[in-house]
Amino acid sequence: MSALRMAWRKSLNFVMLTLTGVAALAVVSVLFLILGYLVWNGGASLSWKFFTQLPKPVGESGGGMANAIVGSLKLLFLAAVMGLPVGLLAGVYLAEFGGKTFSFIVRYTTDLLNGVPSIVIGIFAYSLAVLPVRHFSALAGGVALGIMVIPITVRSTEEFLRAVPGSMREAAMALGASKWKTIATVVLPAASGGILTGMLLALARVAGETAPLLFTAFGNRFWSQGWGQPIASLPVMIYTYAVAPYDDWHRQAWAAGLVLLGLVLLSNLGARFILARSKAV
Amino acid sequence: MSAAATTLAHEVPPQAGPRAFLHRLRQGDEIAHLITLTFAAVILLLTSMLVYELWINSHLSRAQFGWAFFWTKVWDPNFDNFGAAPFIYGTLVTSAVALVLAVPLGLASAIFLSELAPRKISDIISFLIDLLAAVPSVIYGLLGIFIVVPLMRTTLGPLLINTVGDVPYIGVLFRGPTYCVGFLTAGIVLAIMVVPFIISVSREVLLTVPREQREAAMALGATRWESTWQVVVPWARTGIMGSVFLALARALGETMAVTMVIGNAAAIKASLLAPGDTIASTIANQFTEATGDLYLSSLIELGLVLFLITFILNGLARILIVATERGGGRPA
Amino acid sequence: MKKALLVVWLMTLAATLTAAGVAAQGGTVLLNAAGATFPYPIYSKWFDVYHTAHPNVQINYQSIGSGGGIRQLQAGTVDFGASDGPMSDDQLAQSKFKILHFPTVLGAVVPTYNIAGVTGELNFTQKALAGIYLGTITKWNDLEIAKPNPGVNLPAADIVVVHRSDGSGTSYIWTDFLAKVSDDWKNKVGKAATSVNWPVGLGGKGNEGVTGLVKQTPNAIGYIELIYAVQNNIPYGKVQNAAGKFVKADLAGVTAAAAADAKNIPDDFRVSITNAPGPTVYPISSFTWLLIPAQIQDAAKRDAIKDFLKWMLTDGQKFNEGLTYAQLPKEVIARETKAISLIQ
Repeated sequence: MSALRMAWRKSLNFVMLTLTGVAALAVVSVLFLILGYLVWNGGASLSWKFFTQLPKPVGESGGGMANAIVGSLKLLFLAAVMGLPVGLLAGVYLAEFGGKTFSFIVRYTTDLLNGVPSIVIGIFAYSLAVLPVRHFSALAGGVALGIMVIPITVRSTEEFLRAVPGSMREAAMALGASKWKTIATVVLPAASGGILTGMLLALARVAGETAPLLFTAFGNRFWSQGWGQPIASLPVMIYTYAVAPYDDWHRQAWAAGLVLLGLVLLSNLGARFILARSKAV
Repeated sequence: MSAAATTLAHEVPPQAGPRAFLHRLRQGDEIAHLITLTFAAVILLLTSMLVYELWINSHLSRAQFGWAFFWTKVWDPNFDNFGAAPFIYGTLVTSAVALVLAVPLGLASAIFLSELAPRKISDIISFLIDLLAAVPSVIYGLLGIFIVVPLMRTTLGPLLINTVGDVPYIGVLFRGPTYCVGFLTAGIVLAIMVVPFIISVSREVLLTVPREQREAAMALGATRWESTWQVVVPWARTGIMGSVFLALARALGETMAVTMVIGNAAAIKASLLAPGDTIASTIANQFTEATGDLYLSSLIELGLVLFLITFILNGLARILIVATERGGGRPA
Repeated sequence: MKKALLVVWLMTLAATLTAAGVAAQGGTVLLNAAGATFPYPIYSKWFDVYHTAHPNVQINYQSIGSGGGIRQLQAGTVDFGASDGPMSDDQLAQSKFKILHFPTVLGAVVPTYNIAGVTGELNFTQKALAGIYLGTITKWNDLEIAKPNPGVNLPAADIVVVHRSDGSGTSYIWTDFLAKVSDDWKNKVGKAATSVNWPVGLGGKGNEGVTGLVKQTPNAIGYIELIYAVQNNIPYGKVQNAAGKFVKADLAGVTAAAAADAKNIPDDFRVSITNAPGPTVYPISSFTWLLIPAQIQDAAKRDAIKDFLKWMLTDGQKFNEGLTYAQLPKEVIARETKAISLIQ
């Protein structure tokens, strides 16, 4: 190997690796810019009142988004309960049991579903869960968000199950475990980190969606009881307040954005914590 | 030895035939297969119902316009003349710009986070990047208006026009008055929105590449970069492609953020600096106010068109993967 | 064991979430309403004040757009709707049940602009506005714009036109005005509508989108609601009315527009008051309406709605000016009060 070629390879190595660092730095700076902007614009509106009071009309000070915060939590809970199991089990099917053609069709369809605009999913959930009963509800919102959670979950579940080395599966089977037991007790736990990432990513994405909720969960200026009434949510509040003419509402919209991020952060932390605890043998 | 052999021998399951099936059934495997199959089928069911709804609710405009819907450039709610051409163009252009920006940036960041950064820092940064996925699109839109748009108008726009604008062929992409809103601005905002998906999933997949692969490459004298680019990344290829699919899907269907920074002009222009519109943005903008059955039907037909585009793009992308299958990937 | 713990945790979470927010008790009348975004601030104020005075009545209004309001009303998912533009004859004919229109407040749409060196208020003739939005008038120093503005140094720059990208009542009012004052507009673009095929220009989402674009683009012009302009201190121009006078939009001019032709307002209150006659009238004004079903089965809901309407026409109007909405003229209030009895 000539010295020139060696030098070229070495400098390419240095340049490319530095570039990756630059890229990561760029992305992280954008992130901090966004967070900083939210804090700067919304931080002032954050107060105890924001978390505990119902929205007040413009012109009156105080007022908060307590019902929207609880509403977003309820909707995310519904989305998780309805969508995550479907995504997880479908992913298990694709990785462990699937026949070639059927798996291809399912994967393709999942990608298609992922590309449907959120407003179209909202319209679909509207015809599915609102029209038949003639009223908006938290459940309908959960259906819309649940549908959106599925594709990302399926993709990551399948991907990370496949990444588990075959040797682990074989070892379990050699010990006499049936296939499903292998999957449940060996493969899934091994892939759990990646799968959880996928699930949290999916939930994070739907946490910020507005369009699908406009026609399903609708929105509510008051507290919503149970699961069958229209319910407020942070993204819809942000949308309503951001387009209004009043500065006070604009600031509240930024504050709500900050709270939404905070909620997602906490859920991420919580889920990872629980996972770590349940893995600790 | 013989006692152990006897114990093991009677636990060896029958290999084929009806006894094998019964054995698997008792073990629960068939049930597990059935259950997971059902849930996979649920996805097919949901999607079929969705397409069915879109098909049924767009029958008015399909009957009225037929195939001409695809190439009609006019969108006129007042005179009931609707065509999807400008929006198809806008959707494709903005998504292309978003991917061209996001994939290199995202992949490079993922490589850095998985290969070079210390694990703890990588975990924290990755955690924070996941948060970006939760930022509501409305806020991305507002940030686009407050940050990207002025940037376009004062710095980026004129820069591009003056430098690349004069280069033959590519230059036509960067001509014209700087409106500050348009395809490029929307593409930039979209890129920021989809980059977290690429980074998050790619990083995780790169982390699953077995150490032996890297070590083998290095043992053969490869530099760090060569080992990463020629061994590790190809190994993780399907996962990375998966993340790009996720990103593409999000870019195609994004509504709120795009609609705030694209200029909303139903026109087809060559320049990336010109205003345009996308399918998702048009549906979102006009659906709630649409009165009139043909109007509504046309909007829903737009949704159907987007579905078709996604279908074709996914197909093309998959063909691309198969065509570039060179080996070096993880055994399927 | 750990799995059981997880299940218990999930169930506790579910129970907590279900219980969360159990505030109201029996006897509460819950009304859901949807529609126009333009009057959202005043409606939210009204419903809140009314709720404080009548704690057992909760009116939940969401601004999903006028068209959305009309459709949800007809689908039966909301109890009443709201719209910035009156329902057309076709829509009323297609409706499965009779719908009554009740004007609530008045609003106006103003032209705002961003021209280097121009700080004062510009006078816009009707032809100027139509020409700009048709794309026939392309430069700021065009004679049609320069004539009524002597002494103002208008640049020979291209006009950047900004309109709304989303369907909206504001666009409805603006296009209604343009269709009345320009036959070219009526022939080329059509009648008043929430969404049209704009001949030229960029689209901004919502009032803030239009404002943002105008602020950031030199030599731009756009149209926004008066409330928005006032609340955000955005400079706007004067518009020539049917009597030939250049009027700057203010609440008095808007109420005058409604009062000008009050006798001729039809019984169902579906009327356009743009370009109304009179010297003090601001020509780009409009009502906004609540859409109430003529027959309401639920007695409690019916009484609540009727009582609210009465309150809205009397006490409610006092809140208008504070939020920069114009009050309904007395004649209209009197006629509406009589119309309430039509709800059965």
